[in-house]
Amino acid sequence: MASLGRAALLIAFGLVAYALLAGSYAAWRKRRRLAHSAQNALLAAFPATLVASAILLIALARHDFTFAYVAEHTSRNLPLPYTLSAFWGGQEGSLLLWLVILTGYAALAVWLNRRHRELMAWTVPVFGLIAVFFGFMLCFVSSPFHQQPAPADGAGMVPSLQNPYMLAHPPMLYLGYVGLAVPFAFAMGALLSGRTDERWIVATRRWTLAAWLFLGVGQLLGSHWAYVEIGWGGYYAWDPVENAAFMPWLVATAFLHSVMIQEKRGMLKVWNMVLVALAFNLSLFGTFLTRSGIINSVHSFSQSPIGAWFMGFLVLMIVFSVVLILWRSSGGGDGSLRTKTKLESLVSREATFLYNNLLLVALALTILWGVLYPVLSEAVRGQTRSVSKPYYDFFLHTFGLPLILLMGLGPLVAWRKASLRSLAKTFLIPFAVAVVTGGVLLGLGFGSSWVGLLAYTFSAFVAASIVLEFVRGRSAAGGIFKLVSRNRRRYGGYVVHAAVVLFVIGVAGSNSYQTIRENGHLRIGQSMEAAGYRFTYESIKGVKGPNYTGFRTVVSVVGNGERFDLTPGQNNDPLQGTSFVASIYHDPRTLGDVFTNASLDKAGTAIDLHIFVKPLINLIWAGGFLFVFGALVAMWPDAVEQRRLAARYAAGTAPAGI
Amino acid sequence: MGFGLALAAVLAIVAVVFVARPFLREPAPASDRLDELAPEARQRLALAEERDRALDALKELEFDHRTGKVSDDDYRAQVGPLRRRAAEALRALEAGEHSPRER
Repeated sequence: MASLGRAALLIAFGLVAYALLAGSYAAWRKRRRLAHSAQNALLAAFPATLVASAILLIALARHDFTFAYVAEHTSRNLPLPYTLSAFWGGQEGSLLLWLVILTGYAALAVWLNRRHRELMAWTVPVFGLIAVFFGFMLCFVSSPFHQQPAPADGAGMVPSLQNPYMLAHPPMLYLGYVGLAVPFAFAMGALLSGRTDERWIVATRRWTLAAWLFLGVGQLLGSHWAYVEIGWGGYYAWDPVENAAFMPWLVATAFLHSVMIQEKRGMLKVWNMVLVALAFNLSLFGTFLTRSGIINSVHSFSQSPIGAWFMGFLVLMIVFSVVLILWRSSGGGDGSLRTKTKLESLVSREATFLYNNLLLVALALTILWGVLYPVLSEAVRGQTRSVSKPYYDFFLHTFGLPLILLMGLGPLVAWRKASLRSLAKTFLIPFAVAVVTGGVLLGLGFGSSWVGLLAYTFSAFVAASIVLEFVRGRSAAGGIFKLVSRNRRRYGGYVVHAAVVLFVIGVAGSNSYQTIRENGHLRIGQSMEAAGYRFTYESIKGVKGPNYTGFRTVVSVVGNGERFDLTPGQNNDPLQGTSFVASIYHDPRTLGDVFTNASLDKAGTAIDLHIFVKPLINLIWAGGFLFVFGALVAMWPDAVEQRRLAARYAAGTAPAGI
Repeated sequence: MGFGLALAAVLAIVAVVFVARPFLREPAPASDRLDELAPEARQRLALAEERDRALDALKELEFDHRTGKVSDDDYRAQVGPLRRRAAEALRALEAGEHSPRER
């Protein structure tokens, strides 16, 4: 078994190394058959990696502890779904997940675009380059097929990871991280081949959207997991691992907007290349952050077997992309990235997209600095300094609030140029809605948080502008279905904007207007109050699960016209330690939650009860569904557009042969 | 161990055959040159993109005008140059229709 896994990985490594070397030579020397052969090698690497992945999954399912990886991450009494999820629970498995997704994506993307020989000739080796790194790591540095004498049982899995969300959250994130390799490979392929027309954008449009969707859904699942499982009452802590996924998502969001300017106006070719390269390098950086141990300390990074390799590859990819972009946009190349079209007005749709891009990238870079600063501080000064919530919150408010406003302004402004009279006419209703909303909220006492008040007011503006766009568009197009069908990307995008409005309202409500009561020391029969509710500690009982023991309390809650029981407690896994089990009541009236967790005091006679009342938090999760729906609408193929693009590129392509 | 390695050998052989397929299918091709766009074809592609952009912009302008997002004055000021751009791209495309496509 393990020997087959190792051999399959070696075969995959050989194939992607061939795709890189033979593919580069073929593209350079214009050798058709060799380019075709390199492409086939890349296609064949996927089934080879799939065999290696299947071997690891079988070893996990069989509790084959002769595999060191299986013994380190599972135990005999771990339920099967979580046993299989250990595939991505450790370093070696997650590297394998990277490679299998990468080779799968590469195979599909290359096959779908096989007619575009000139572009694909250089795209194949770029995919090969990325896959060579992961293949090398898996074959020679960090193999999931390392064997050992089988111990009686494995080390098990951290209890907090034994949650249904963890079955989906990591693969979703990886589908997103790795998905950004597709636009990157095509963009670099375009630079290397000189095909800097829109072909690479057309080829990767849906890939970018899919990667962005997966990253977004992955983060939402992770946030919900943190909220229900970790037990600290929040869903995003600006943890470096969370930031690792947020940064490429922000940059990909910027790209999805700016690429429209290139398609509509032929502008920003260099900027789009920069964004694609930045998004991919940030996704690599995200994997590096989570897998190198650098978050814990520089020392654990230096002891990590993959840390130095990963950093070397990251530097290589950054240099590779920067040099290529500079080469094509300067006199050294053919200057094909230069464009003649200029921004006609600072008040236009493209200008609002540009402002949105600057804010999104600025936010991503300030988060990057927040992640890097503690590491650099430790490496240079030998002192560990942390960057905490106030830093991130400051920049989130500074860049995030104008971003919300732009989300409402953008759709109302015409392309090229908008006159003040037109703007006044289109802005009137959303502006009035925002002013009334802000005024009413101020009157109701929401001025206690100016950030929350602004977020709500701006959200009202955006919501009104979206509704207005649909209402006006519907009557002009002759129906909502016709409206959406004629421009799925635009109206799918508006649905995503509506989802972001829900996120903003949920985040503002659950942060700016939440009530927190911690460490309420209660004996049975005693009570405490929070946000109009009275919490009474009623009873406690022991529980026993498949691989843990623990306790659950019963806390009755009365107030605000509601009466319900909560059962916070703890689980204790003898192999992996203790974890909170939060108990949450979803209040349908406020769309918020009453969140509790509890710990026993040392004597075991009382509990410390922690209460968080979070208004509107459920809008965040509801927004997730809308986000997926909007993204799918935007991604849905448009037959008319497909025909138009096929006709456009027919002039520049030959029949499928390679 | 033996069975695993035998399967690995089969996998390796299949992969090698698949990779070698282009050479096996065409051992002595008339031309082994990788196609690339001739400068004229690149120019035509650029014109096609320009034509599509102009037509798309016209469509968008018409729609924005109908929904009231673009005023009559703005519409009149923008529609002329956009039509000219689309017409120029179409004319240039027609003029180069008979030039060679690939080299």
